[in-house]
Amino acid sequence: MKAASFFRHVPKTVEEAVALLAEFAPQDGRVLAGGQSLVPIMAFRLARPAHLIDINEVASLDKLTIEGDRLVIGACVRHAAFHKPDVPGPLGQLLATVVRNIAHYPIRMRGTMCGSLAHADPASEWCLTAATLDAELVARKKGGKRVIPAAEFFHGIMTTALAEDELLAEVRFLLLPNETKFGFQEFSRRAGDFAMAASLTTFRLEGGKITDAHVGVGGAEAAPRRIAEAEAVLNGKKPDDVVFDAAANAAAAAVDPLDDAQIPPEYRRELVQAMVYRALQSAA
Amino acid sequence: MSEKMSITLNINGLNRPIKVESRRTLADAIREDCGQTGTHIGCEHGVCGACTVIVNGEPVRSCLMYAVQADGKKIRTVEGLARGDELHPMQRAFMEHHGLQCGFCTPGFLMLAVGVLEREPDMSNDELLDVLASNLCRCTGYQNIIKAVWAAAAEMRGSK
Amino acid sequence: MTAPTKGSGSTWVGRAIRRLEDPALVMGQGRFTADLTAAHWVRFARSSVAAGVIKKISAPDGTMVITAADLKNVKPIRPMLSKFDYRPIGYPVLADGVVRFAGECIAAAVASTEEEAEDIVDRIEIEIDANKPLIDSLEAVASGAPSLHPESHDNVIVQGQVKTEGFDAVWNGAHKIVEIAARSRRQNATPMEPRGGHAAYDKSTGRVTLTCTTQMPHLVRTAIADLLDFPESDLRVVAPDVGGGFGQKMSLAPEYVLLVWLALKHRSSFAWTEDRRENLIASFHSRDQHVSLEGAFDAGGNLLALSADILSNIGAYSCYPTTCGVEPLMAMAEMPGPYDVRQYMCRARGVVTNTCPMAPYRGVSRPVITFTLERLMDKAAAAFGIDPIDIRRRNLIEKFPYTSAMGLVFDEATYKETLELAVEHINVPAFRKRQQKARAKQKYLGLGFATFSERTGYGSPAFAARGMAITPGWENVELTIDPSGFVELRIGSSPHGQGLRTTLAQIVADEIGVEPQRIKVIHGDTDRTPYGWGTFASRSLVIAGGASLIAAQNMRAKLIKIASHMLEAEDADIVLEEGVAKVFGTDHAVSIATMAREAYHQTHRFKGKIEPGMTERGSYDPPGTFSNACHVAIVEVDVKTGKVTVERFLAAEDAGRLINPMIADGQVHGGIAQGIGNALLEEIVYDETGNILTSTLADYMPPTCREIPAIELHHLETHTSFTNLKAKGLGEGGAIGSPAAVINAINDALTPFGISIDEMPATPQRIRAALRAKERAQ
Repeated sequence: MKAASFFRHVPKTVEEAVALLAEFAPQDGRVLAGGQSLVPIMAFRLARPAHLIDINEVASLDKLTIEGDRLVIGACVRHAAFHKPDVPGPLGQLLATVVRNIAHYPIRMRGTMCGSLAHADPASEWCLTAATLDAELVARKKGGKRVIPAAEFFHGIMTTALAEDELLAEVRFLLLPNETKFGFQEFSRRAGDFAMAASLTTFRLEGGKITDAHVGVGGAEAAPRRIAEAEAVLNGKKPDDVVFDAAANAAAAAVDPLDDAQIPPEYRRELVQAMVYRALQSAA
Repeated sequence: MSEKMSITLNINGLNRPIKVESRRTLADAIREDCGQTGTHIGCEHGVCGACTVIVNGEPVRSCLMYAVQADGKKIRTVEGLARGDELHPMQRAFMEHHGLQCGFCTPGFLMLAVGVLEREPDMSNDELLDVLASNLCRCTGYQNIIKAVWAAAAEMRGSK
Repeated sequence: MTAPTKGSGSTWVGRAIRRLEDPALVMGQGRFTADLTAAHWVRFARSSVAAGVIKKISAPDGTMVITAADLKNVKPIRPMLSKFDYRPIGYPVLADGVVRFAGECIAAAVASTEEEAEDIVDRIEIEIDANKPLIDSLEAVASGAPSLHPESHDNVIVQGQVKTEGFDAVWNGAHKIVEIAARSRRQNATPMEPRGGHAAYDKSTGRVTLTCTTQMPHLVRTAIADLLDFPESDLRVVAPDVGGGFGQKMSLAPEYVLLVWLALKHRSSFAWTEDRRENLIASFHSRDQHVSLEGAFDAGGNLLALSADILSNIGAYSCYPTTCGVEPLMAMAEMPGPYDVRQYMCRARGVVTNTCPMAPYRGVSRPVITFTLERLMDKAAAAFGIDPIDIRRRNLIEKFPYTSAMGLVFDEATYKETLELAVEHINVPAFRKRQQKARAKQKYLGLGFATFSERTGYGSPAFAARGMAITPGWENVELTIDPSGFVELRIGSSPHGQGLRTTLAQIVADEIGVEPQRIKVIHGDTDRTPYGWGTFASRSLVIAGGASLIAAQNMRAKLIKIASHMLEAEDADIVLEEGVAKVFGTDHAVSIATMAREAYHQTHRFKGKIEPGMTERGSYDPPGTFSNACHVAIVEVDVKTGKVTVERFLAAEDAGRLINPMIADGQVHGGIAQGIGNALLEEIVYDETGNILTSTLADYMPPTCREIPAIELHHLETHTSFTNLKAKGLGEGGAIGSPAAVINAINDALTPFGISIDEMPATPQRIRAALRAKERAQ
């Protein structure tokens, strides 16, 4: 299990990185960030990029700041940056809760949030987070930049809206209002494994009733997404187990589960029900 | 075959200039090019943790990093844990609590536990269990690894 | 006067001293096979097709690639049994025209680095005419199934049958028949160190040294010398530090044969380090069995008779040296377990399929038959409306020695006592209350028991009874005190994590009065150790330990003889302790180092009364002894997701006299963790084309520390009269009882749903499928 050979490019600036990407992406070039997904895939020779553009030495991509009402996370910010809830308000708490479910500590030291988003594994916790919180993903390319809403970013299993010459330079999350409640649940057979289904939910209460419900489901379909049917059940209702159960049922009915030899779709649907219900319960 | 790059790995304080292909993992470079075979390779895909080392203060899987990415960085491996004949508290604890049998996963567990506790010495015992779930052991059933790490954590905190 | 020739008595045996193995291992100074450097690295081109005929193999120009065409003089691996309708089938080192499983070696690429060798493998073109593969053993025995090997038209390679006299009458007169159809899925022992070998030619002697990850170095040497037809003395096999084996490293790897062939042919060094993918798809698998079991009971819930049909999927080839009989025949011999049942009927078949070959894995068939039998006992308890504990109380063996329906002799043990000990510590009434309360809140807790025997330390006759051409029963050791007074114990066994360097040193220390730290146990090198079998089958402490005791007793006698001569005292008055021989009750003493020096350099003083030098031998071939235990699991089943959490695990066990309780506990812990993994997580899954879907450690799932609860152990120590150390083996027991306890607990938890989970692993998918089927039926 040794990778096929490749040429490594080490840009120092974003401009250099996107210029290299423009040049080498057509020659089977890929971006290497934390490498915690790409390196094993290359070890199995399931991927054999001829060129790797290693962005780890681009200093400006370490950015983790608040700009206005948004948290901005650069392409080289590691998962471990969220271990402690340094980001203010519920968003910091939410990220610190979710991050504990991503693989294991040493993986979190290297792996990056943007790398996970660009890799777009259906089971990725950050992809679910971005989809649920309507994050904005900022793609850079030679001479250009665009902002992609999360709802348009994830196209399917390991496919995204990114063009081959685009670098996911940063992701932005709106800070969450102080009264935001959130719940995260995922199902995996062992600690740290890929989720077979996961749910992130957020909502606020106004006059005792749910408002602005976000119900995200990941791991169950080809890409994570918000489930409008479940949100519709919640908004305007009092938060109780009956409503949560109804919302979870709506989510389970709405998803089109992945079909995999070891995890039949009907089972995945049951997991969605359980995860959404429990995420809502833990939010309440 | 692609060309080799000249890099320097600083392993346990010693600079080791080597020439490696870009594709050589840090784990392989530590073992094959630097002859430090205490770091073991159990899966080469980041699940088992046998190859865990500390790079610039961070415990990482050395099979999930290319050696060229560690050029100039400070790498600590199991060979550097003891000071001369004086074992690290974590090494002593593993011996005292029978935290190893075949010893193959042991260097990875030692570097994982030491690496994490140096960063977060006040981590609770339960949080340490989450950390220890990072690595696989097939011999001990984890019982005595856990006891050893909890004991060493207390000792490391006490010596601060 | 307490008998002075007893010396200091049990100063060391029975103590939890720290392991002598550990300092090097915790400092990263262990030496494992993959740590060696080689001139040439080998990678294998493996079949991506499960069944087919090789049409073409073309190697890229200018590369070194070996195929079966190069190995015309190399015999296939063909282990032998002389009984049970065994059909000897050959396992070619490289596939010879036909491929029989996905992962089988077709060609070997050689280069100066592993990366380059893998690049060559990528470029080897292999064309195979694929056939539809046989994956499940039921397909392979179905009528009209194609045959995998010309030696067996029906794919049955070994078949054992037994029926006790008077079976039918008892069966027909029984009050109640209880039955179970159990399924155990395929598993992989998954040592943390994958396999690997390194063969180096020595130009000055013409010998090859093969360093490899084996549990039986001497037999690897015999096997390879036989296959390559060269003098065994020209091959040295070294098992350095070995990173766990659990049976997988017991069987001969065809890859090692090729490495030695390359080293001999090219007079250089060649290495192969198995990667994890190879280990998961193409090393050795186990536990792939269908077991149907029926029990006939009288009206009082007493088990009168058992009838079993065992179908073991042995993969594409028969493993060396045990043969593929190891699973089905062990299952047949030991199915009745710890219960007093006088009538028994069984058919056990080993069937070839287009899957990775089977080999022993910790416990061999016993985790499967224990799971089956213990499920049957729980079902019987339910059928009689009695407690699962009570049905065991009624049926466990209690008089010893006990001869089973299969003729196995059980030595003194504590089947009932360990059950009662476990029951006492669990506090069953309190649990039942808690279970009831939890159910009211839709929380499902369950309690499961497994009582079992673990046959350990069995000698040559046990293997001969299976008709094995190789009967790995006895062990030899050599004990030397060198002229400087240091002690070396050389053993044929080959430990790889079991702590034998420590426990054997403890045994010897007590006899000769030298502290264990001064005794070096040498193993794993055919040049330095006497011929022996290795470490497997929970045997080394009992058999190599027993041989060590004999050698140490001989050495003790010699030391006393020398001491009495030098100190001018009676033999009976000599005490050996703390490195000296003393005349009892005096300060008249001579050090062992001085005696050793005399024995080598001043032999004239003894006037021919002692043999020069100080080497004593010990040889031991015991009848076998049964350890026993009761395992108890408390689990919670999340009925929404099917996930099982083991909340508590307790084992009350009896492995006879414990030499080092710390090491004994470690062995049991590790076995139980593997058993929990086997029960819940671990499964090799093939698709219908015969490719493995679980080829990474993210898919094949050994448990992490988060899946294993704190394990509570209680020991009884029945000093057996069947072994000279009064000890029994215990390496496998942890893995034998735990799957049954866990799965019984799952079923107990799910009692309100009226379903039965009779499959291992009991995955969340399977539990949900059973619950879903029930929900839909209502």
